[in-house]
Amino acid sequence: MISVSHLSKIYKNDSVETAALSDVSFEIKKGEFVAIMGPSGSGKSTLMHILGALDTPTSGDYVLDGQSVTKLSDDTLAQIRNKKIGFIFQAFNLLPRTSAVKNVMLPMVYAGIDRQERQEKAKKALIAVGLGDRMDYTPAQLSGGQQQRVAIARSLVNNPAIILADEPTGNIASAQADEIMKIFEKLNDTGHTIIMITHEPDIAAHAKRVITVKDGKIIGDKKRR
Amino acid sequence: MIRRGGRVDYREILSESLSALAVNKMRTMLATLGIVIGIGSVIALISLGASSQKSIENQIQSLGANLLTVIPSGQNTGVVRGAMGGGTTLTTDDAKALSLANLPTVKLVSPEFSRRFQVIAGGNNTNTQITGVIPAYASVHKTTLSSGVFISDSDLTNMGKVAVLGPQTVSDLFGENSDPLGQSIRVNNQVLKVIGVSVAKGGTGFNNPDDAIYVPLSTAQKLLFGANYLSTIAVEAQSQEVMTEAQDAIGYFLLARHHLTDPSEADFTIFSQNDILNTAAQVTGTFTTLLGGIAAISLLVGGIGIMNIMLVTMTERTREIGLRKALGAKKSLITTQFLLEAVILTLAGGIVGMIVGVVISYILSLVLNTPFVVSPPSVLLAIGVSAVIGIIFGWYPARQASRLQPIEALRYE
Repeated sequence: MISVSHLSKIYKNDSVETAALSDVSFEIKKGEFVAIMGPSGSGKSTLMHILGALDTPTSGDYVLDGQSVTKLSDDTLAQIRNKKIGFIFQAFNLLPRTSAVKNVMLPMVYAGIDRQERQEKAKKALIAVGLGDRMDYTPAQLSGGQQQRVAIARSLVNNPAIILADEPTGNIASAQADEIMKIFEKLNDTGHTIIMITHEPDIAAHAKRVITVKDGKIIGDKKRR
Repeated sequence: MIRRGGRVDYREILSESLSALAVNKMRTMLATLGIVIGIGSVIALISLGASSQKSIENQIQSLGANLLTVIPSGQNTGVVRGAMGGGTTLTTDDAKALSLANLPTVKLVSPEFSRRFQVIAGGNNTNTQITGVIPAYASVHKTTLSSGVFISDSDLTNMGKVAVLGPQTVSDLFGENSDPLGQSIRVNNQVLKVIGVSVAKGGTGFNNPDDAIYVPLSTAQKLLFGANYLSTIAVEAQSQEVMTEAQDAIGYFLLARHHLTDPSEADFTIFSQNDILNTAAQVTGTFTTLLGGIAAISLLVGGIGIMNIMLVTMTERTREIGLRKALGAKKSLITTQFLLEAVILTLAGGIVGMIVGVVISYILSLVLNTPFVVSPPSVLLAIGVSAVIGIIFGWYPARQASRLQPIEALRYE
């Protein structure tokens, strides 16, 4: 499903080169639930950006769903993000003043799915995350946990190969965070591949595999259960 | 491999653009106002120019077709040249001779003597142009009567105490919609009987054919004002094509009659109606261009206002743009969305501005008493121009937005 080999990312700032990632290799199979852990500055965000096709590595190869994602144009990357990756952000990143259902429909607009199908799928996805009664609410009218559930529904609608979650509970009260993690577990049980970036061990504990990153290198890769 | 999706639903993009504009209504309105003022003033000023041009043309043409006007000019005495039109060098005999000469390019000759004078009728009085004419005047100047008869040959030979009034003069002296036929007017202690009223031609200011009194030439010269010269000899040329030849022929004829050999010593000046029309068209044309240019500058300023707003919007919505790109929006789609917002702004401004411009030009035409002229091309042009302004000034911000990297944009706080 995901194969990362000898991945490096070097940032140049003036004449100083900083290696955010150096020679990282791993594989993630379909149906896995992986947490990527590490302190801030460890390179986990850079890794997340590359896995999310938001950024390209300086060297090394990244194969997602049988396709190499290293040297592609901006528009092709956009298409890959649209079809193969479901994003969940720490700050939810929902469109303000836009109803939950319209937010969920957005990736389908970019995928060119027709209006009726968009509406049906968006409603189904919202019902699946338990927001069937909040479809026309705007983000401002929803709690943090509810907003993140809208974001999860949005990440699912294009039926992506992987769900990529960046600190999904970072901005949410802990009671609601548990609910979010339960949804993740349920999604994983139904076959979804989930990659989650976090620095909280008790959140990472929900995953079946934990990859630990430090100073741009993988220092641990443990499977649980 | 990636499944090729259907086409992006641009209705959705349009509705997103519209709701984005609805978020900050005050700002949207102010940004649009620049375009409203720009387009509005372009339309109003261009139609003002067109209507004043039309009004001047109407007025000049209503004075007669293929018209040449001979007026006396002061003779050159040494280095001093007398004032134009102030001379007494043209006489009734000149006109008679010109008429009898049967020049092939000349159709009709109308000798005229006019002076502004106070006229009294009943309790009312007005100051108006009194013109001594012969019957040919009506044909040369295309004067038609709404009632009564024009000055006749017998009026001329008998020095008849009769007058034909312009409609403006009628309403000044007798009130509106009154019938002055058979009534009397007093000019310089002479009582004249009204025998006719001319049809309105539309005009303003001096030499307004509607505000005039026509009397027999002999009556004007001998009875009223005691003058033996003419203020004008109007000549109708045979056709538009021979205007220049007619002008030359009349010039040489009069030079010979006045025993002058050098045209530079001529004691008269001949105007062709074409000269006047061309000059007027040139002046109003220049004026219209100037006004249009000034209005175009305000349109440019409006466009820059749109660009400014779009750049601010782009900065404010950096996160949103990042999110859209992360969710799979292509560059071209982001460009389209922002361009669409700019074009909606300018197009709305263009349409409102067009309405404002037409209303203003209508009001101006009422106030200035000029014809109301709005050319459909100028309206279409205004709408087209406003859309183009949206594209030009929206292009740069839209392009900037589409080039944002999704990570940078998402990180933006």
